[in-house]
Amino acid sequence: MSEQAGGWDTGADSLHRYDDYTQINRNQRRVDALKLALGKGTFSDDIDLPGMLHLKCLWSPHAHARITSIDTSAAEKVPGVVTILHHGNVPRVPYTTAGQGHPEPSPYDTYMFPKKVRFVGDRVACVAAESELAAARAARLIRVEYEVLEPLLDSRRAMDPGAPIVHDEPEASGLPGYDKERNLAASMEVFHGDYAAAFAKADLVLEHEYEVPYQHQCALEPHVAVTWLDEDNRLVVRVATQVPFHSRRILARVLGIPVSRIRVIKPRIGGGFGGKQEILIDDLPAMVTLRTGRPARLFFTRREEFSSSRARHPQILRWKTGVTKDGVVLAQELEVLANTGPYGAHALTVQGCTAGKTLPLYKAEGYRFIMNTVYTNLANGGAFRGYGGPQGFFAMEAHMSEVAERLGLDPADFRTKNLIGEGDENPLSKALGEGGEGPPQRIRSCGIQECVAQGKAAIGWERRGKLADPAPHLRRGLGMACLMHGSGIPGVDMASAFLKLNDDGSFNLHVGATEIGTGSDTILSQIAAEALQVPLHKIIIYSSDTDMTPFDKGAYASSTTYISGTSVKKACDGVVEQLKQAAFEIWRHHGDPSDGPLTIADEHVVRPDGKRLSYSEICLSTFYEHDQHQIMDHGSHMSMESPPPFAAHFAEVEVDVETGAVRVLRYVAATDCGVPIHPQNCEGQIEGGAVTMLGYALSEDFVFAGGRLLSDTFRDYKQFTALDVPEFTPILVKTFEPSGPFGAKSVAEIPTDGPGPTIANAVSNALGVRFRKLPITPERVREAWLAKQQGQPASTRA
Amino acid sequence: MRSELEVNGARVAWEHEPHEFLTEVLRREGLKGTKRGCESGDCGACAVLLDGEEVPSCLVLAAQAHGHAVETIEGVGSFEAPHPIQEAFLDATAIQCGYCTPGMVLATKALLAETPNPTEADARACLAGHLCRCTGYVKPIQAVLSAAQRCQAGAQ
Ligand code: FES
Ligand code: FES
Repeated sequence: MSEQAGGWDTGADSLHRYDDYTQINRNQRRVDALKLALGKGTFSDDIDLPGMLHLKCLWSPHAHARITSIDTSAAEKVPGVVTILHHGNVPRVPYTTAGQGHPEPSPYDTYMFPKKVRFVGDRVACVAAESELAAARAARLIRVEYEVLEPLLDSRRAMDPGAPIVHDEPEASGLPGYDKERNLAASMEVFHGDYAAAFAKADLVLEHEYEVPYQHQCALEPHVAVTWLDEDNRLVVRVATQVPFHSRRILARVLGIPVSRIRVIKPRIGGGFGGKQEILIDDLPAMVTLRTGRPARLFFTRREEFSSSRARHPQILRWKTGVTKDGVVLAQELEVLANTGPYGAHALTVQGCTAGKTLPLYKAEGYRFIMNTVYTNLANGGAFRGYGGPQGFFAMEAHMSEVAERLGLDPADFRTKNLIGEGDENPLSKALGEGGEGPPQRIRSCGIQECVAQGKAAIGWERRGKLADPAPHLRRGLGMACLMHGSGIPGVDMASAFLKLNDDGSFNLHVGATEIGTGSDTILSQIAAEALQVPLHKIIIYSSDTDMTPFDKGAYASSTTYISGTSVKKACDGVVEQLKQAAFEIWRHHGDPSDGPLTIADEHVVRPDGKRLSYSEICLSTFYEHDQHQIMDHGSHMSMESPPPFAAHFAEVEVDVETGAVRVLRYVAATDCGVPIHPQNCEGQIEGGAVTMLGYALSEDFVFAGGRLLSDTFRDYKQFTALDVPEFTPILVKTFEPSGPFGAKSVAEIPTDGPGPTIANAVSNALGVRFRKLPITPERVREAWLAKQQGQPASTRA
Repeated sequence: MRSELEVNGARVAWEHEPHEFLTEVLRREGLKGTKRGCESGDCGACAVLLDGEEVPSCLVLAAQAHGHAVETIEGVGSFEAPHPIQEAFLDATAIQCGYCTPGMVLATKALLAETPNPTEADARACLAGHLCRCTGYVKPIQAVLSAAQRCQAGAQ
């Protein structure tokens, strides 16, 4: 359980503690960065094992088809082929690929190999061979006969009577709200307060529909897994994952072997962003290794990444707001129709967050949320940094600007009037827990008003409406959005850490927390260094190896700094007590007992009279001389709270009405993440998260022909590059979160929530046309502009 | 077939298949710092310097490197003495997951050899072919500019 004291305090009185820190709130060189800069081979694929087999998959060419026969005889004759897996020769165990806590709140609708393929890119077979080339050749020679079925390619049609049923097999099951007869992977309806009465009181009720596309995580390192049997015949899985402990648990289920026979090692990971919060490929090399006794490796190509992994769920959102004429929000209603594609990984929880992260930001008397997540035969939805937030914030924050416009209010003033603040209760936290009821939440630290104030100053908000257009065809505009997110899943996420002292006063810190590029190894080391009062290089961190480190839920839900960080602090606090106890004993043993309570400073235990013992001296004594024992401790942490970070984003854009191109000139992201453990790293999270989502706003999309994904290369799927990035100003607003380690809360996901609405609002401001669908491509800009010129309604849904 | 080339200053003779690309052969020979992000020339993770010029090694046949000098990330700096470019990336916190970093460091090296005083536009152009989903490019651009200053200071 969380160790929050029964009382409730805010961080307002603790801001002075910023000045006390010696190891945090400091930019230090990241503990892992030098080896990466030197190109040392530390990633999953950077090992060669003797006798390793290489795997290649055969993917479904059909969006929806029943496999009637598979003939592998020709493929088996290819020299070098060792084994071929398909639905006819592996166990059929329903599971979910979603790397979530147990029991996963996602439907069990996936099999190692399905008998019925449900999207172009679904698994049909997997060849293991002596070389990648042989495996690829053989995969092409597998003869498969299909009974092709009518595909379901439109989420709006999915619940219609007579629509093709994606999951018509008996084994699939899900939580309440799951209804496979209606293609429903998840659904829910929640409300708070008397929303109907609140809407009835409103002077203005505005309602619009918004639409957001698929978005791919595009981690630069593709999915990769290497497996082998160790000398004790245990299965070792070296995999690019965000969730090693969930991987171990889910693999045990799918492979039918005990957890005790599996060791999952997370080496260096080349980015995850949610795409690796999935047990997406680990089972295949693992199965080959178990069957053949040989090491096996599967490395996804970039095309496979796009067409056979996971992506941000597309949604159609209907947002309705009731306000008084002077701009007080009375009621909010959100209805979401989401498309999870063929399998329901994260279908319930991502969509739950679409409401849970957004609606509480503005205080109201009543709220209502209706959600249906449907199966289709398009690409597979899943976890992606932001986890439902970006979809919801696009709709809400575009909508709030529309409401402000209708009321004739400045969009910033309208927002600040209605924002949640310190001491406020989150009205929806109970109704919208992880797959069920959640614990109540109250805001202890909140810098949102300050974020708006500093952001406005940085972008020059007073210029809004007075911007000079540099040429007749170039229009400039300013836009903004307000944001909140969470820090871990309250009542669910648990992390643990183990710490021991070495002879030279260094410490081994073993954490389950999963460094995937976020900086968590550095942040957790800094927290330990601060708690122990040692320089950073005295902490030797080792993360995420299911044999060697204690449990951690993994790298997701913006939980590492807040949850894992507190587990580290607890372990350190225990070690500090032991250090003091040992020093006390040593002094007493030498007939010189301490004159009073002991403290720590600068790698020493210190007495009131100034006498000191270094950690190294204490360790040598406890190892070899007196009262011999290992100074070590562990800490586990789970929190019933999930303090939201807050942010306000601002952008200035320039729109070329002749070409439709939108150029982002400047971007400001003012963020309250509590005490920044490593300010530069926090800025990096903000910049990286926001730039990814500038692509969501303007250029990234999945283009399908029938069910086939056409934008399946980096050339056709347009991310932002170094040439497109605007002048970027990250601002860290000072707050202190009492429930976080040294006052910290999360920063990883909140930046992804902002660019969609911020850019849409800026483009709307530039052109006087509302954009309710992402991405805002040149075609859509041109279409909207031409429609406006011809006097047609000033909005696009095209 | 067999190709003779210079890799990070040492002459080597490598056996490989005629169809094999340089990325594959470098990695097989133990130079794992050269990464694979797309194998289609679009991401820059596999960048190496061929006679000092940046190329995507996933599009260069190993055979094409015969008689040429290849520099990989393993040839740049060491734990004891990181290259100023690497120091610049470290101090700017321009490295998050680090998968794009070897390519970016090599690209910076090629840029600074030609343009010791790059503008911000030069820095952006230098990184344009290097996809990075983690950093949003802001800190890498700063790192390139700071690397230029460090190299200049070192050269004086
Ligand atoms: S792997 Fe060569 S450019 Fe991407
Ligand atoms: S640091 Fe991860 S791709 Fe650049």
